[in-house]
Amino acid sequence: MTGFAGPTLEVRDLKTHFFTRGGVVKAVDGVSFEIGKGRILGLVGESGSGKSITGFSILGLVDPPGRVVEGEIRFKGENLVDQPEERLRAIRGNRIAMIFQDPMMTLNPVLRIDTQMIEAVQAHHSVSADDARQRARDALGRVGIPSPDERLKAYPHQFSGGMRQRVAIAIALLNNPELIIADEPTTALDVTIQGQILYEVQKLCRETGTSLIWITHDLSVVAGLADRICVMYAGKLAESGPVDDVLDRPLHPYTKGLLGSVPSRNRRGSPLAQIPGMTPSLMSLPDGCAFADRCPRAQGDCRQAVPPMAEILPGRLARCIRPHLEDQA
Amino acid sequence: MSAPSATAPGKIETPFRRLVSEFVEDRLAVLGAVVLAVILLVALFAPLISPQNPYDLSKLDILDSRLPPGSKSMDGITFWLGTDGQGRDMLSGIFYGLRTSLAVGVFSGILAMVVGMALGLTAAYAGGRTETLIMRLVDLQLSFPTILIALILLAVLGQGVGKIILALVIVQWAYYARTIRGTALVERRREYVEAAICLGLSKPRIIFGHILPNCMPPMIVIGTVQVAGAIALEATLSFLGIGLPITEPSLGLLIANGFEYLLSGKYWISFFPGIALLITIISINLVGDQLRDVLNPRLKR
Repeated sequence: MTGFAGPTLEVRDLKTHFFTRGGVVKAVDGVSFEIGKGRILGLVGESGSGKSITGFSILGLVDPPGRVVEGEIRFKGENLVDQPEERLRAIRGNRIAMIFQDPMMTLNPVLRIDTQMIEAVQAHHSVSADDARQRARDALGRVGIPSPDERLKAYPHQFSGGMRQRVAIAIALLNNPELIIADEPTTALDVTIQGQILYEVQKLCRETGTSLIWITHDLSVVAGLADRICVMYAGKLAESGPVDDVLDRPLHPYTKGLLGSVPSRNRRGSPLAQIPGMTPSLMSLPDGCAFADRCPRAQGDCRQAVPPMAEILPGRLARCIRPHLEDQA
Repeated sequence: MSAPSATAPGKIETPFRRLVSEFVEDRLAVLGAVVLAVILLVALFAPLISPQNPYDLSKLDILDSRLPPGSKSMDGITFWLGTDGQGRDMLSGIFYGLRTSLAVGVFSGILAMVVGMALGLTAAYAGGRTETLIMRLVDLQLSFPTILIALILLAVLGQGVGKIILALVIVQWAYYARTIRGTALVERRREYVEAAICLGLSKPRIIFGHILPNCMPPMIVIGTVQVAGAIALEATLSFLGIGLPITEPSLGLLIANGFEYLLSGKYWISFFPGIALLITIISINLVGDQLRDVLNPRLKR
């Protein structure tokens, strides 16, 4: 490993646009964040907010008509934007791994687990099949799969959902990546299994120094897992900061609305809060703040220009000219 | 830590084993498979089990010609299915004919599958002009009757086992290409392909190692139907006299040989090779039908 001292990943002003027949869809429009070694970043947003596209942009996997039009993705100092496919392929699955939402779909149904794992090792390292198998066995053991030797010979359909996601995580860990991008990996699982997997993942990151970007729409998952959180809305960051601060005392009205929409036991009986209106179309965003039309605090000047992402409190950024300063202790 | 266990460890259920256990549920299909196995064995061991070598002219006696089924020859061999115009034992002739017919059918089927799969996968994965070129060629070919294309090809190429196999491959690759392209277009959108890309696997590895195995079920089904089709087509061409040469007779040629005697009551010369051809094709189709049901995810029980 190189003695690189900066953040594992630094995304600066990333813009990923889709050039469709109906117009330009600004799926990701000026997103910046960084993540240090061994840290966990929660990337939160509704469906369509651009959080998954951000993940795919990092790996250079945005399919036409989409492409990264601007910005930098610095992975250990190396800009990944516009790198040749060969270079990206050497990084994918090796130094940056990805875990997907649906563990039922991401394993090839007709190939045995050992075939798939050995192949993943050998794609990046010239090791013998036996050594690769040993690595696969270790990785399965690390994610808490009992009797890995038997499991290696099984097919994906012989695993339960939780076990399959463990296998997917084991595959991601195979080559000891420096960064893992997890795209809603526990959404399809039971809460108890989700808890187990979150615990294992957190432990692994601490132990191995792997950085993790956890993409999710579930605030409660991020609360227990991440160090920092980025909230996305309509392709832009709405707010970012340390996870406890943001969830306890949100600055941006959208974050507050999002937190208010989570059903809670303490507020049982009272009507559930919700954010009025709908997410704006990414093809025709309003001139000013994209959230203005749904925002209870919006006034005339909110609709004139897109507010800049500003450091409102130390270490806490929000894209809002009327942040919830009154809640801050 | 406690984790849910999916199946009892020890016995690993492979997709193949599951396929076999589902296949045997239909008795008719099992009958078809058994008959097909017997036919394959007969074809394979024809020289060992035939009462005589029907193409060794020194063994034939013109005095034995056109004997009805069950007659005995001068030197005491029983012709269970009679003899043809040259005094050839029909049973031996059918054994050898099956050998030729099956060899031509299976070999051309496999070749056509390989060619069709390669072109179909290329079309599905490359897209653009390559895809248009290949698929329009497929459309063009499928819009002509197969027998017509085969007739023209053989008229140009001439006779011979290699040539008829070539003709059958040219006639049949398009079916495989069209089917696998359709399947591959669906499969390449599946998440496991995306996951494989995220693992940094190479393109050929993803196409042939990940997508191709998932496209095999429909290929196997098409394959059985097409092998039966190839055998029938070869028989037709041989019957018309432009298929296999007389030195390597197939079932079609045997049927053609007895054709002129049909109206004079010597039915067996055409009849028994015809029955053999019929049984072969029916048994292949029975197996193919059941494979289609077993491999069809929509009919999964």
